[in-house]
Amino acid sequence: MIDYFERLSRDVRVKEGLKACMNCGICTAICPAAEFFPYNPKEICNILQTKDNKKIEALLKNETIWYCGQCMSCKARCPRENVPGMLISALRKLSQETGLFVESSKGRQQYAISKTIAESILKSGYCVHAENVKPELHPEQGTVWNWYYNNLEEIADRLGANYKKHGPGSLRLIGKKNLDEINAIFEVTGGKKFLETIHSYSTKKAQEMNLEIDDSLNSPYFIKTYTEDSDQ
Amino acid sequence: MERKFWKNYQKDIPDNNYYYERSCIRQSFFPGSETTFLRIVGDVLGKQIEDDQNLHTCTGIGYHADVVPFETTQTIIARLFSLMSEKGYRNFVPSCVTSFGLLNEVVETWKHFPEELQQTRDFLKQATGREFEIPEYITHPCDIIYKFRKELKEKMRFQIVNQKTGEPLRVVEHIGCHYSKVFPQAVIGSAEFPQVLAGMVEEWGGQVIDYPERRHCCGFGFRHYLIMANRGYSIANSRKKFESMEPYHPDFIVTNCPGCTMFLDRWQYTIKEMEGKTYDKQGNGIPVLTYEEMTGLLLGFNPWDLGLQLHQISAEPLLDKIGIPYDKEQKYLGKSGKIIDFKGF
Repeated sequence: MIDYFERLSRDVRVKEGLKACMNCGICTAICPAAEFFPYNPKEICNILQTKDNKKIEALLKNETIWYCGQCMSCKARCPRENVPGMLISALRKLSQETGLFVESSKGRQQYAISKTIAESILKSGYCVHAENVKPELHPEQGTVWNWYYNNLEEIADRLGANYKKHGPGSLRLIGKKNLDEINAIFEVTGGKKFLETIHSYSTKKAQEMNLEIDDSLNSPYFIKTYTEDSDQ
Repeated sequence: MERKFWKNYQKDIPDNNYYYERSCIRQSFFPGSETTFLRIVGDVLGKQIEDDQNLHTCTGIGYHADVVPFETTQTIIARLFSLMSEKGYRNFVPSCVTSFGLLNEVVETWKHFPEELQQTRDFLKQATGREFEIPEYITHPCDIIYKFRKELKEKMRFQIVNQKTGEPLRVVEHIGCHYSKVFPQAVIGSAEFPQVLAGMVEEWGGQVIDYPERRHCCGFGFRHYLIMANRGYSIANSRKKFESMEPYHPDFIVTNCPGCTMFLDRWQYTIKEMEGKTYDKQGNGIPVLTYEEMTGLLLGFNPWDLGLQLHQISAEPLLDKIGIPYDKEQKYLGKSGKIIDFKGF
């Protein structure tokens, strides 16, 4: 069995975010995710403090670690400078490195996030770009967004943007040299290997679930991970 | 003693020579706000600000949605700093609140863990041949507007006042969590005493509402909005804020975070569609402004140059209250000068 705590303790976010928790519970009191989900950030500190490998493995497999919304309200409030939100980041990374993320419904959503956000970074230099916020996937964006989305260059440029063109400005084309260096950084720092790991475990899980998976955003596995709500 | 206590809630803000990093979200949803900020700093205040076409994402949304490792994020941010160093700047000004929090996080990590800094230098050198210097200041653009709020007031044509009654308008200010909570010591007022937007509002004639859920997150939640199935979390958090502010009858909401502006605007629309509920008496919804838009409006900029037409909650009732003139015909103008028909959407 992997020594999960040993792996976690190498992560700088665990070194920084896990002090001696005194169980006051202020993190849970302030946590927006704890109001919405069966989630208790204090328990995350408790479990890590025990260094109990079985309990940590259970965390890496279940829905719990995927509930945090990363608002970091816990960071501002803990009187002992614990940061459950940073511990969550370390746990989620380890869950993906070990492939345990595919055991939970919310964990499997990492595939959809990697296909949308990470690939956007590598291809365009933006985490989010207006052209990817498709109205059919974002009905909450409303009628004004539909109008804007269908006339992006005309309207954005009227507001001073430089839509998908070279030169400075909002929504500009980010040049090839910049994209090449971004991709090289992902290669050298392990970012690409991390994404390949997510895709590899997701592909195995898709096969196990008898769902097709390919490189597109239309595959049944992508759609399931993008639209399936484990809480329903 | 009192002065010493408040010193903990102040920060140094450089007075010139800014290196501006655009926000993925701000550019996508409210591009006019970034145009407006550059106009205010460059044209109105006469300061030097660099808008570098080579800049790119800090990876913040990917990092907090857990698809980008911290080592990668640190090195991407190091590249941003390298671009800044090349241009001879020391004051990094990220438009995005998530970038602001993450940049501070990374620099703080390097202070506590020098081996992380060395690893990042090695990674950047290996990947790109680049070197970098850590900025002297990481300043959010709202800090700069706050710093010059009195100078800007002298140039303003309007105040945050109801033109008919002469009464101050009632304003909800919402500060992004990653501005106020990640590094409370790096911001004005911290999460305890949210002052940066309140300071602008009060200086310019408005009245800030202190309501119970003032510090509650808008509900972005990164993975909770990015994945369609999870968006219930996001809307529930915004709804909690709307319910809490409703009894105080706000005239408008102002935010300093690109994401918060969008969510507090769009979720009002969604709640109206789902439940028929609006949070103002007129059934319009509460207009949500960026701080750049608020500043530009008071300076007398054309509302349609600011981009108010991109808000789902119509801003016209607010413009009428303040007495800001606007040409209805220009609202739907495109770059080419043609009217872009809104019908059918």
